[in-house]
Amino acid sequence: MVTVTLTVNGQEKTSDCEGRSLLSDFLRDNLNLTGTHVGCDTSQCGACVVHVDGEAVKSCTMFAWEAQGADVATIEGMAEDDGSLGTIQQAFQDHHGLQCGFCTPGMVMSAAALLKKNPDPTEYEIRDYLEGNICRCTGYQNIVHAIQAAAQTMRAAT
Amino acid sequence: MYDFAVERPTNLDDASRLLAKDETQVIAGGQTLIPTMKSRLASPKTLVSLTGIDEIKGVSPSQGSVTIGAATRHVDVANETRTLYPALASLAANIGDPAVRNRGTIGGSLANNDPSACYPAAALAGDAEIKTQERSYSADDFFCGLFETALSEGEFITEIRFPIPDRASYQKFEQPASRFALVGVFVTQKSGQVRVAVTGASEEGVYRWKEAEQALSDDFRREAIADLIVPAEGKIVDIHGSAAYRAHLVKVLTGRAVDSAH
Repeated sequence: MVTVTLTVNGQEKTSDCEGRSLLSDFLRDNLNLTGTHVGCDTSQCGACVVHVDGEAVKSCTMFAWEAQGADVATIEGMAEDDGSLGTIQQAFQDHHGLQCGFCTPGMVMSAAALLKKNPDPTEYEIRDYLEGNICRCTGYQNIVHAIQAAAQTMRAAT
Repeated sequence: MYDFAVERPTNLDDASRLLAKDETQVIAGGQTLIPTMKSRLASPKTLVSLTGIDEIKGVSPSQGSVTIGAATRHVDVANETRTLYPALASLAANIGDPAVRNRGTIGGSLANNDPSACYPAAALAGDAEIKTQERSYSADDFFCGLFETALSEGEFITEIRFPIPDRASYQKFEQPASRFALVGVFVTQKSGQVRVAVTGASEEGVYRWKEAEQALSDDFRREAIADLIVPAEGKIVDIHGSAAYRAHLVKVLTGRAVDSAH
């Protein structure tokens, strides 16, 4: 067993897990943060994307102990303090950027990582950045629209 | 996957000592190893992580070359070699997807020597020197076939030194789902000598296309390889492409690399 202590969405958490526990398992099973989804479990679909020390990673392809001491952000941390939807989440709702919603946590976390680095991405840059996030419902068009709208809202706010 | 014990050394001596034990496996970014362990193609008793060893991370330029720590992630190679070695930076920036590039390392890719990985082509065409905690290899001696390298049990890469070429280019025809190279060709020219390394094409893994090197060393233009024939024998066949298709791509991509080398 390994004892893992990390900060998730601003709160310090400690839990024991096996060496083989993936970060996605640790978040879902140990910390009960089930917003992070596991789609393919083979690092292709991106539903499990979270941020570790500010950078997007696939939490199904990282062991929990590799995040020892790290600052982790998950979809649960994307809402506003009053529980209302965050800017990117709201844009996904406004622009119909989801249908079944399974891929959405990963899409939102990837979009957040992109917009942090590049506040005004082109459509090509958005599609390129989402290479590792698969959606089987939307055809991506409205996801791209949502991220463009979120980028605009976030730029206007700064 | 089966469970295992975890070791996180913070210096090279401790890492070497831990890896000298039986049934240990080194892990860097884990972007290949973790899927391999999930499918039980590997089930080590102990994983020794190199990511806590700061001295094997980072990019350091020196006279005429750039040295990259083995545990340097693709994203950092892409960002930090952009002006020093643009062809290498562009290769690193197009591996997998952003989340994979935030974890995967150059040393891990070279040690794994996947026949469709990008970095082996850069190392071989770039005449790189691959250093381990024990010795140093030229890229020509390092790659020994499909997923095979000269590394012995317990030996791990510490850094890779790339001489800066006069011009270079990497051209990859992507397998669109994985972004691995269906075929990738890295071309370098240094003091008139050209090296051409091909990944993704051969059943023997990365290799140098020596006929093209000779022709391009005499005349660095796409036309110089026009009459060369790339045989389909020994090329990889899978659902993404036939041997003849891959052989065709080798020449097309070499031409594109020559056209775009700078």
